Amino acid sequence: MSNQEYQLEKRKYVLGGVAICIILVFIVRLFFLQLMSEDFKQNADSNAFLKRVQYPARGAITDRNGDLLVYNQPAFDIMVVMTEQKGVDTLDLCRCLGITPQQYEKRMEEIKNRRRNPGYSPYTQQLFMNQLSVSEISSFQEKMFLFPGFYIQKRSIRQYQYPYAAHVLGDVGEADPDDIEADKYYQRGDYIGKQGVERSYETALRGIKGSEILLRDARGRIKGKYQNGKFDQAPIPGRNLTLSIDIKLQALGERLMKGKRGSIVAIEPSTGEILCMVSSPTYDPRMTVGRQRGKNHLLLSRDPNKPLLNRSIMGQYPPGSTFKTSQALTFLQEGIITPSTAFPCTHGFHFRGLTVGCHPHGAPIPVIPAIGTSCNSFFCWGLYYMFGNRKKYPTVQDAMTRWKDYMVSMGFGYKLGVDLPGEKRGLIPNAPFYDKAYRGSWNGLTVISISIGQGEVNLTPLQIANLGATIANRGYYITPHIVKEIQGEKLDTAYTRKNWTMTEPKHYETVVQGMRKAVVDGTCRGANTTMYEVCGKTGTAQNPHGKDHSAFMGFAPMENPQIAICVYVENGEWGATYGVPLGALMMEQYINGKLSPASMEKAALFENRHIYTPTIYTANEIK
Amino acid sequence: MKSNKTPGILQSLDWFTIIIYIALLAMGWMSICGASYDFDQAGNFLDFSTRSGMQIVWIASSLVLGTVILSTDDRWFESLSYIIYIGFLVLLFVTPLLARDIKGSMSWIKIGTFSIQPAEFAKFGTALCVAKLMGTYDFNMSKWKDFILCSLVILIPMALIIKQKETGSALVYLSFFLMMYRQGMPGCILFTGVAAVAYFVVGIRFADAPLWEIPVISMGKSVVLFLVQLFMCGMLYIYTPRTPSMYKLAGYSIAATAAALLLSKFVYPFDIAWVQLGICAYTVLYLLYVSLRDRLINYFYIALFAIGSVSFFYSTNYVLNNVLEPHQQTRIRVLLGLEDDPRGAGYNVIQAKIAIGSGGLQGKGFLNGTQTKLKYVPEQDTDFIFCTVGEEEGFIGCTIVLTLFLCLILRLIHLAERQPYVFGRVYGYCVMSVFLFHVFINVGMVLGLTPVIGIPLPFFSYGGSSLWGFTILLFIMLRIDIGRNRLKRK
Repeated sequence: MSNQEYQLEKRKYVLGGVAICIILVFIVRLFFLQLMSEDFKQNADSNAFLKRVQYPARGAITDRNGDLLVYNQPAFDIMVVMTEQKGVDTLDLCRCLGITPQQYEKRMEEIKNRRRNPGYSPYTQQLFMNQLSVSEISSFQEKMFLFPGFYIQKRSIRQYQYPYAAHVLGDVGEADPDDIEADKYYQRGDYIGKQGVERSYETALRGIKGSEILLRDARGRIKGKYQNGKFDQAPIPGRNLTLSIDIKLQALGERLMKGKRGSIVAIEPSTGEILCMVSSPTYDPRMTVGRQRGKNHLLLSRDPNKPLLNRSIMGQYPPGSTFKTSQALTFLQEGIITPSTAFPCTHGFHFRGLTVGCHPHGAPIPVIPAIGTSCNSFFCWGLYYMFGNRKKYPTVQDAMTRWKDYMVSMGFGYKLGVDLPGEKRGLIPNAPFYDKAYRGSWNGLTVISISIGQGEVNLTPLQIANLGATIANRGYYITPHIVKEIQGEKLDTAYTRKNWTMTEPKHYETVVQGMRKAVVDGTCRGANTTMYEVCGKTGTAQNPHGKDHSAFMGFAPMENPQIAICVYVENGEWGATYGVPLGALMMEQYINGKLSPASMEKAALFENRHIYTPTIYTANEIK
Repeated sequence: MKSNKTPGILQSLDWFTIIIYIALLAMGWMSICGASYDFDQAGNFLDFSTRSGMQIVWIASSLVLGTVILSTDDRWFESLSYIIYIGFLVLLFVTPLLARDIKGSMSWIKIGTFSIQPAEFAKFGTALCVAKLMGTYDFNMSKWKDFILCSLVILIPMALIIKQKETGSALVYLSFFLMMYRQGMPGCILFTGVAAVAYFVVGIRFADAPLWEIPVISMGKSVVLFLVQLFMCGMLYIYTPRTPSMYKLAGYSIAATAAALLLSKFVYPFDIAWVQLGICAYTVLYLLYVSLRDRLINYFYIALFAIGSVSFFYSTNYVLNNVLEPHQQTRIRVLLGLEDDPRGAGYNVIQAKIAIGSGGLQGKGFLNGTQTKLKYVPEQDTDFIFCTVGEEEGFIGCTIVLTLFLCLILRLIHLAERQPYVFGRVYGYCVMSVFLFHVFINVGMVLGLTPVIGIPLPFFSYGGSSLWGFTILLFIMLRIDIGRNRLKRK
């Protein structure tokens, strides 16, 4: 018995051991739960902390004269808390908000659908309608006490002072999944610049979001600030932008381009600042704001005239005769011609069965009158002699490469690097391009049309305007840019550095003389004025798809130029038809600050001279 | 007068236990403060309208109750134990008739403004009764009659409590079998019980999981059958003469299973459960033959164990689906990871783990827990109170609390063992078993290791009934322990 007692007493060790084992297992489990895994901590934080974002005010945008162009305007979202909204007279509510009961029902279903609205909680505010204007919200606001569970949340949306410069200003929209993927700064529902300056200067304009950390209980209710706001961060407002655009010039440009497809780009040569950037057809930037945004965007994107396309930097056109200036600069610098070299022109360039036509004028002529009269033959001969010069260039490919280098130095063939999204590079062919196209068998004659800005050569209107600015500067350009000043931040050095071309300034002087001659007694006579000395060059670009394009490139005054301009009107036929008079009006507006009465009449005339029947887009939304 | 003859109460009192008790009460009260604290109203903890304030009342009254118990005569408990027990049986019987339905439970009796839960108090009554019964002169556990009588004393209050729909509190009575093991109940009964739970849990938890990426094999089934094989081998080793043929039998059993597994993995996938069943059947038949041949009953018992195990295992699914109530089924399924529904029954366990896991090494600090305070954890001041400890006091705090409980349990074993009479020892083991069971189930459920059975954590969970119940349970033991010296002298 006592032995049995002794045996049984040993069982106390079994029981004690069991207790020790259990506690040990618990401690090991706690070790893994509390010390080995961060998941639970994060889970707990996402449970309990509601990080409420505080949005900074987006920077305002003004023109070069300080005229406000874009600012922020309050808009109102209507929020609903499902558990609180019972007993609301829905008919009355719908009447106040101007919606139908069917829309109301549909929206309520959408809110409750957890698949479409993953953040749904019946205890928290859910978005019912967004971006209502003051007028839309006013009747609702008066009767709000009748609608328990409905709340108004203030948001800030963009508003535009003028119906102009839509392509430059761009717009702001909700960040899409790609934006969020690309930059962790953004979350669902955040706004982001989508086009234009809003997009290229997004980081400056947006400011930095602040946050406040709130405590949220299991039912989603806010229970105050975490540690009395110790970890809250105030938002940093966005920076204001000053554009180089002159809104009056821009407005005139848009007026003049009404009913025409094309672009006007003006640059201040000494700074590279873009004074106006007109792309036609255009639209009222206010269309991109508010609840109609989606609908309007669809409307615009379906228009066959592509109003959303910023032709100034995305349109790639044959530059036509405006390009001859660049050829003269190349031939002069390469020593192919001197200012006194004259080439014959017998109603065109005729050689080995190849003919490039030309209009009647005295011949043979040297380079200055050749630019003045826009002689095709002269430049064909120039290119022929350059590409055929085997002493200087062992092969035609070498000549081509040399020629291309000149073009690239003038800002062609590559993106200029303007501070707007979507710029196209145009096309400057090179030797391999033609080797491929002609299977290695080609010469100067094969590609002769590039010398007169036809053939494979394509430039954007911005590149043509920049050519004008380079000539106005006698040999350099500053990368064109649309933002003159960022509040509290320095401009990119790319927009202050001089880019010298491969041609010396003295040859530029020759070309300037030619362009002056064009205005005085050549193709650009329509731009001549007694107020200042204008230099210009027309372009009539052949268009295999329809009527020729009308182009004008020029600058004024001849000494100390203030404005260099490119006017490009699709299917405008002769350069002198649209290009010259529009360019002249624009220069007058900018240099004088206003138009003379006669010019005003002329402007009205051109405003109503349409090449196609335009659809006028205006904001059908709040003002 | 008495104190002149024997060492005084204060000298004989086990202060070690008292210190642990006070420490647990203090930490428990801090947890209640943390769990009932609201960020909105940084209120006064002593305000009686709050739970932390009320808990102060319960703690103070418990201390008074403890002092009263210490100042009684320990012999009263032994002599009154049957009366107390019967009194509680009556009370438990009438409770569902008087009680109002609180969340499906019929266990609360309203007295004035307070509600009490007789089930919490019946534990010490039952413990006293069992102790008294087993302390009688001719009680012998190995006699069937005594064993059954003893079991009945435990099972009757259990049944009455189940009737009150308090399954959790009822299951606590199973812990008395730990004490019975100490008092001579064959270990194989306990082992069978544990094995049954293991089969149940493993079998259901991994029923649909493939073993070794062989789709046709159910991991749960094969692992349970393999456990049966292993248990048989272990029993053959312990309970029978270790003859070479038995070694061979065990070797074949394991080797054949392994071979079948390899065959299934690399040659042709098939369900090895059939092979295992075949092996079991062969082993059982062979053992029956040997038991007849050698006239050794142990072989027969082992065969019986195998048959019982397999048939138990195959009936678990049936039990789960047809015997248990739906909410219990759900709880078990969720605990075993079979149902994944963050807002449903598993929500408690997930949120509990999040709260504890977010505590880290040092915890977030007193009153700084967010999960518990923002009501993410349900029942956070009663059944899930340990979450608050985990979140606010961290790994260090949890380890301290668990160590305190372990010390209490080991100390109770020590106290029980030093009792000169069976009555004291049995009562001590009852107390220890109850505490062990509560800690095991409660902390285990919070940590996601045991099923979600709603029983309180002693001294931590809010509530007067449970605190009083545990205090009475513990202090009667301390009072009995004080008496050990007097009894020795006699």
